[in-house]
Amino acid sequence: MIGGAGMSEPNVFESALVYLGATVLAVPLAKRLGFGSVLGYLAAGIAIGPWGLRLVQSPERILHFADFGVVLLMFLIGLELDPRRLRALRRPILGAGGFQLTVTAVLAGAVALAVGVGLRDAVVIGIGMAMSSTAIALQTMAERHLLGTPAGHTGFSILLFQDLAVIPVLALLPLLGGSGGVQGANPVWVDVAEGIGAILAVVVVGRLLTRPLFRFIADAGLREVFTAFSLLIVVGIALLMQAVGLSMALGAFLAGVLLAESEYRRAVETDIEPFKGLLMGLFFIAVGMSMDFSLLQTETAKILTAVLVLLVIKIGVLGAMAPTAGIPGRQRALFAFLLSQGGEFAFVLFAAAGAAGVLAPELAPMLTLVVALSMLATPLLLLVNERLIEPRFADRSPVRPADAIDEQSPVIIVGFGRVGQIVGRLLHANRIPTTILDRDPSLIETIRKFGFKVFYGDGARLDLLRAAGAESARLIVVAVDDHSQTAEIVDLVHQHFPNLTVLARAWDLVHAFDLRDHGVERPERESFEGALRMGETALRTLGFGAYQAKQAAHRFRACDEQTNDRIYAVHRQDLSKRISIAQEARRDLEALIQSDEKVLLESGDREW
Amino acid sequence: MPTGQQDAPILVLFAHPAFRASRVNRALSDAIRNLPGVHFHDLLEAYPDFYIDVAAEQRRLRMARLVVFQHPVYWYSAPAIIKHWMDQVLVNGFAYGTGGDALAGKDLLQVVTTGAPGDAYRTDGHHDYPLVELLRPVEQTARFCRMHYLRPVVIYAGRGLSDPALEEQAFSYRALLAGYPQTRPAPLSVGDDWGGGHERA
Repeated sequence: MIGGAGMSEPNVFESALVYLGATVLAVPLAKRLGFGSVLGYLAAGIAIGPWGLRLVQSPERILHFADFGVVLLMFLIGLELDPRRLRALRRPILGAGGFQLTVTAVLAGAVALAVGVGLRDAVVIGIGMAMSSTAIALQTMAERHLLGTPAGHTGFSILLFQDLAVIPVLALLPLLGGSGGVQGANPVWVDVAEGIGAILAVVVVGRLLTRPLFRFIADAGLREVFTAFSLLIVVGIALLMQAVGLSMALGAFLAGVLLAESEYRRAVETDIEPFKGLLMGLFFIAVGMSMDFSLLQTETAKILTAVLVLLVIKIGVLGAMAPTAGIPGRQRALFAFLLSQGGEFAFVLFAAAGAAGVLAPELAPMLTLVVALSMLATPLLLLVNERLIEPRFADRSPVRPADAIDEQSPVIIVGFGRVGQIVGRLLHANRIPTTILDRDPSLIETIRKFGFKVFYGDGARLDLLRAAGAESARLIVVAVDDHSQTAEIVDLVHQHFPNLTVLARAWDLVHAFDLRDHGVERPERESFEGALRMGETALRTLGFGAYQAKQAAHRFRACDEQTNDRIYAVHRQDLSKRISIAQEARRDLEALIQSDEKVLLESGDREW
Repeated sequence: MPTGQQDAPILVLFAHPAFRASRVNRALSDAIRNLPGVHFHDLLEAYPDFYIDVAAEQRRLRMARLVVFQHPVYWYSAPAIIKHWMDQVLVNGFAYGTGGDALAGKDLLQVVTTGAPGDAYRTDGHHDYPLVELLRPVEQTARFCRMHYLRPVVIYAGRGLSDPALEEQAFSYRALLAGYPQTRPAPLSVGDDWGGGHERA
């Protein structure tokens, strides 16, 4: 099997070795040096490509495969777009986004026309160059905590508008009427009807079927099947769209929006994210590999000028609109630089345009090179801003920390059953937003009706905790009813989010001790307070005054806690010769009852 | 358990953290708790967690003409729940301040029991001050709420009281409430020295 395929074409494992190896080496190095991961991938691609070590000879094939990373990216963008968020950003998206794209496209197209490119090519160049890199810009904004600031809002809106614009642009590309564009025998209206029909089918089927299907699969409790289903949805819809001649990215985006409001959103997001990450990485590697350095050598002046013109146009447009968007002076340069590069969609667009025959074949490699070089310029520009531009503003106006808009909840509740519900309701009643994770789909459906923010997911997953905002939350309440899982989650949190305070639900005393071994300071025995209260009611029924009964219960609790601490100390000592849990519990009970006999209640006529 | 009428003209706010161990307060309470027109309200029974239903308390106060604080003297003051009740219920806009006239014109009577005998509450006694001085905070609270602070009922040396003496105290407490307002003790003016207790053992 290996021998046959290995001769002409390197087999899958060899390719994987090369790509993964390059990624693992180049990306962390790039990040360490202060460049983003995108540059790392590009560098890795250059290194292993025809102009580097020549480990890979045919980047086109891999580029085609890695296209799917862009599809997944669009899916995730759709997933982030619940209608509320969209409505809040409506004006900046249409205003700032529309302005940036239109003006930049017109200017870039005009320059292209001026240097003697054909009109059709100029249109493609204008639109393609107007796009910025979502991957670079979003990541940088997140790293610098800019997402909550005016620059962040506007930047996000512009990127979103570009992402959305890609969809009709890709769809309409064939209509620009290139030589190879029209290949179907169908009249145009059949194509259009097919497209609309497919979209409607996706929307209707998506609305009606995905939720019950997700629930059915979630009920099975197999994580990998859930992941498989998430991928299946994206692949299925993307292929359907392709079959009717629409863009796969559009389909994926649609699928994302359909799932944005579902309670499975976080789980799906978490499952897809690594695939997207790797495929996007592969995509950038492929771009790096296909950069034509011979072209750079022969056409140095032309290409560098093009990069320079591109940057000037984009920075100029962004800088001009910054004041209107309410971006403070010291952030304007940063904002303009952040979105100054060409984006990954330019690669997609040029490739698609080339394939559709809308773009002159000799232009595509040059344009790709220009965009890639403009990406390389971003970290340099940011460095210039940091060292030279921002310090000027620091002198004039007092440094104001970036607005801390905490979009995540301060509290994460894992497990929304008998225990988690009460904790959650108390917090909810006190206007404290909580993010809730639970893995019982039917329960989630019920609670969601009452407006709680509940997500389907298993709290023992690091990625899901991260998606739920564990990095920025202050408190995590572990209220799952699976004993061993509680400790698992606690360990995970202690290990990865040491600043997060952990409250944990314990089943009984033995479990509570176990959790104390895992570093939970005061595990809450779930039945203790209820039972104590019942005992208090028993005392009242037997004639104790309410206050007397309450005091008796308080005294009992205090004694119990003391005894527990004592037993725990012993328990820790002979952890080595651990007996069975049942025996342990019985021995603890003996010690408890012995100490209860010392709890004395008042008596006699001592009072006035 | 609240007994008597909810809208009674006499509201007895009672507090004793060790009620069952106090023979005096058991006798006093038993004597008046079922009187018509009296609402006997055991605060610690109603609020063992100290979480007070402020609206219900204010509603009862509006109905009453006479408000009685019945409690032992603890550390020259009242058991904590009485103070907590005052903090929670007698708020601005209800008991004082703008629109705070809900209590204006009503009577307030303190019925207190002490551990020490009466002569301990003298400048040359064990506790250095006459009880009148120690009860000033409640007296002034009543005055600030435009209530009439009536001359208090004080039962000294609660533990050592003989059975007949205790019975007599209980009877006269009952008579005072049953005959109200005819039996109303005199209201005190600022600085009045009522010389000790209304009753004495």
